[in-house]
Amino acid sequence: MLEIDLHKRLRDFDLDAKFQTEDGEILMLVGDNGCGKTTILNMIAGLLCPDSGEISLGGETLFSSDFNVNLSPEDRNVGYVFQNYALFPHMSVYDNVAFGLKARKHSKEEIGRRVEDQLKAAGLWEMRETKVIDISGGQKQRTALARALVIKPSLLLLDEPLSALDTRMQVLMRKELKEQILQCGVPSIIVTHNIRDVDALGDRLCFLDSGKIVFDGEAKEAIYEDILFKES
Amino acid sequence: MVSSQFRQKLGTRLGKRRHTKYKPGILRLGLGLLLILVGAFLALPVLSLFLKSYAGFSLQTLKDPMVVDALSLSLFTSAFTVVVVVLLGTPISYVNSRFDYPGKEVIDSLIELPVVMPPAVAGIALLMAFGRMGVLGQYMNAWGLSIAFTTLAVVVAQVFVSAPFYLRQARISFEDVDLVYEEAARTLGATPVYAFFHVTMPIALNGLISGAIMTFARALGEFGATIMFAGNFQGRTQTMPLAIYTAMQGDLDVSLCLALILVALSFVVIALVKMFTRRRIPRHVRN
Repeated sequence: MLEIDLHKRLRDFDLDAKFQTEDGEILMLVGDNGCGKTTILNMIAGLLCPDSGEISLGGETLFSSDFNVNLSPEDRNVGYVFQNYALFPHMSVYDNVAFGLKARKHSKEEIGRRVEDQLKAAGLWEMRETKVIDISGGQKQRTALARALVIKPSLLLLDEPLSALDTRMQVLMRKELKEQILQCGVPSIIVTHNIRDVDALGDRLCFLDSGKIVFDGEAKEAIYEDILFKES
Repeated sequence: MVSSQFRQKLGTRLGKRRHTKYKPGILRLGLGLLLILVGAFLALPVLSLFLKSYAGFSLQTLKDPMVVDALSLSLFTSAFTVVVVVLLGTPISYVNSRFDYPGKEVIDSLIELPVVMPPAVAGIALLMAFGRMGVLGQYMNAWGLSIAFTTLAVVVAQVFVSAPFYLRQARISFEDVDLVYEEAARTLGATPVYAFFHVTMPIALNGLISGAIMTFARALGEFGATIMFAGNFQGRTQTMPLAIYTAMQGDLDVSLCLALILVALSFVVIALVKMFTRRRIPRHVRN
């Protein structure tokens, strides 16, 4: 389970985020541009330091201003799919997916086995030698997800994972994404602007407005009550 | 009435446009001539060098001790300079591209200074710093360390004048690498050092190689600072430009032979830099 209670002073407003996510639950983080969604993901991943608060994951404290704890990103075991995927352009599909395991000094045999399993599950095995700059948007999305999942993360963060795809590909990828996340069985947070993403993927929804969570409830309830389009 | 006035006005305007004095043919001709003139101005000295040296050039000149000594010394010192500049300059360029720190502007200005400073002035400045009576040199001399007028002085002079070429290019190359790649690497379990060597450096590599080649070329052609700080001793501090200068006063064939070698190396450098610049992955493709 992920529990966060964070405060950070941003340029235009104070960001206050307090929520928890159960194992296997998909939390959709929704809000206008610049309201602090990606900042929350970055703070959870350890890429940004909150001013105060606490983050704990599966009982382990990742950040605590009271106890002066701040684990570095490489020690948090968080799988992060960035908005533009951030695939390493000089590497092949295989090397991108294997990167995390190599950095964690796993044995060659284990790396080979786990990467093969992950690539086959994602339907990318045939193009494992292809450079990532030569693959399509959908394949990039799959590679980024495979790279985040192969490290067996304790938490999955996805920043607008479908926004770079065309509408048809978004429809195809939503189902695939949901299946892969459910198989993973860890808490997941997805940042999105798209109500279809919320409908297809989300269990819960947090609606963020200028750094404050103004709605925290079931995704279906949010859609039913039209939370996303209400005047704040 | 109104519409006829409007038509009249419109007609006048269109008429003016039709009778404009702009003649694209003349402009093209002018630009073409300008290009030919500039091209000829740049190419003529190099062509003349080939034409003049062709008449008196013989393979025996290549075996002249002065040519052999100058060529081997120049290649050795320039290669050593590149190694020093790359080893020291890469972390500095990375830090300058990613972080702000007190005095960064001063450091940036100091890095750029040797580019605008006349090489002869750089030579005197190095002599005042590391010479026997120099600010630091006097203490080094007391410890039995003397740099001025040694092969090491050639390297020091070359490092001083050529380092900015690498530092500037390396910084641009690192700035061009989106921070998100390092962040992605960190979330996957890479330490900052691992992320640097496996992600940032490889992405920036072609730019870094271009910078190193430019540094090598600048070091190879270095004259002013070397002659002031290292002197002109054959086999010890006489690099190719210094040997060209010395040979000019005696044997023109040797001078032309050395000049031809430097021109050939310059062409190789330009070709290599172009090749590595083209191979850089454009930012829009990466994203």
